[in-house]
Amino acid sequence: MASPIIKIDAISKSFGALKVLDDLSMQVMPGEKLALIGPSGSGKTTILRILMTLERIDGGHIEIDGEQLYHMQKNGGELVPADERHLARMRRKIGMVFQLFNLFPHKSVLDNVTLAPMLTQKMPREAAEKRAMELLDMVGMADKAKNMPSQLSGGQKQRVAIARALALSPRIMLFDEVTSALDPELVEEVLNVMRRLAEETDMTMLLVTHEMGFAHDFADRVLFFDRGRIVEEGAPDDIFRNPKQERTQSFLRKIIAAGHRV
Amino acid sequence: MEWDWEFVWSIMPTMIEGVKITILATILGSLVAAVVGLVIALLRRSPNWFISRPVGLFAEFIRGTPLLVQLYFLFYVLPGAGILLSPLVAGVIGLGLHYGTYTAEVYRGGIDNVPRGQWEAAKACNLNPTQTWLHVILPQAIPPMIPALANYFIAMFKETPLLSAITVLELMNQARSIANTNYRYIEPMTMVGVFFLVISIISVFGLRWLERRYGRVER
Repeated sequence: MASPIIKIDAISKSFGALKVLDDLSMQVMPGEKLALIGPSGSGKTTILRILMTLERIDGGHIEIDGEQLYHMQKNGGELVPADERHLARMRRKIGMVFQLFNLFPHKSVLDNVTLAPMLTQKMPREAAEKRAMELLDMVGMADKAKNMPSQLSGGQKQRVAIARALALSPRIMLFDEVTSALDPELVEEVLNVMRRLAEETDMTMLLVTHEMGFAHDFADRVLFFDRGRIVEEGAPDDIFRNPKQERTQSFLRKIIAAGHRV
Repeated sequence: MEWDWEFVWSIMPTMIEGVKITILATILGSLVAAVVGLVIALLRRSPNWFISRPVGLFAEFIRGTPLLVQLYFLFYVLPGAGILLSPLVAGVIGLGLHYGTYTAEVYRGGIDNVPRGQWEAAKACNLNPTQTWLHVILPQAIPPMIPALANYFIAMFKETPLLSAITVLELMNQARSIANTNYRYIEPMTMVGVFFLVISIISVFGLRWLERRYGRVER
């Protein structure tokens, strides 16, 4: 049996007095598609941000692809906190798509996708543009390659952002509420791209979402978070049709009452 | 006291020489201020307390003391320490340093206005700090602050007469020496005012254009 690509071991994280993650452990297998659901403030987004090294952990260990993320081994084998160089190297394994897209507004669609490969992988412009056009084609944005982000709709921006994250060929992709900021009629075009991505690649994907219907179809496994802990986890059918924990049931009831599809 | 056009034309070439030096000092001073301001703004953001703090104090000190005193210091005091600067060089350094502490605040505001998501996207794209500054942050921070920077450069231009105190032969100094040798003040001083006014008006039109061109941010 393969070993996990992400091993989170007893991590904790506080913002001031607020404990966001509490002694949390979880594992993700290579190629697995994981949906993280739960009320806002339950810590699910924080996990993605910690994996992308946008937030530090207060305690515990994370292993990515067999290597410590926030620690490195000294010569004696002793674990010490990672330096910026180690973090930079580890980041190459991970890509992230944000709720608010965070495209570079001063760069064209094409340049948004080619910037990182050209700078961080020293890819020649020609090769970077060829690869970028393939990716933009995959997300249905090839015809907008010369446009500026300000000329795009939210759904189009998010599809470009997905192409930009893919351009670095990460082993793990993190999707942080990627449709939450979109007008309802633009959600589907982004979800379609992600569905294709899940089918056509063996990337490991972690998805934080309030789209329960999509989480059900997309994920191999669903984790329900509340107050910094995993309350319940299992196959989508089990979590969505037969939640065992009271808190999961009440959360799903509220979500359905709010008009979300399951 | 009456206006003498013949005198005006006779001193015009000397006055034009002064205008040239004034403009040269403004341009060089602006360049120095633009660079010094950026460096101060970046160093003040350093997570290292031993860098950010002294730089902050230095900037407060420069901003809290008169430019004229700083010019005297550069030109009359530093030679005592073996540092000899030509009048124009001392003047440009003085103007650039003094206004650099103001432009630093403009840079700070411009950099702070770049949304946090841009830093995070740069990190998610594996850019290192230098690449993040050069390719993501500064290209977004600088265009919206160009009008504010230009404003300071126009203010600096109007302060260049202070350079006459350290013997720079700029417009004011030329006018004064003409006035002193000819015992006529009205024409040279009026001409100084007119020159400044004309250049200021042109600059303000330029500034308006810059505001239209760069003042808005697209997101």
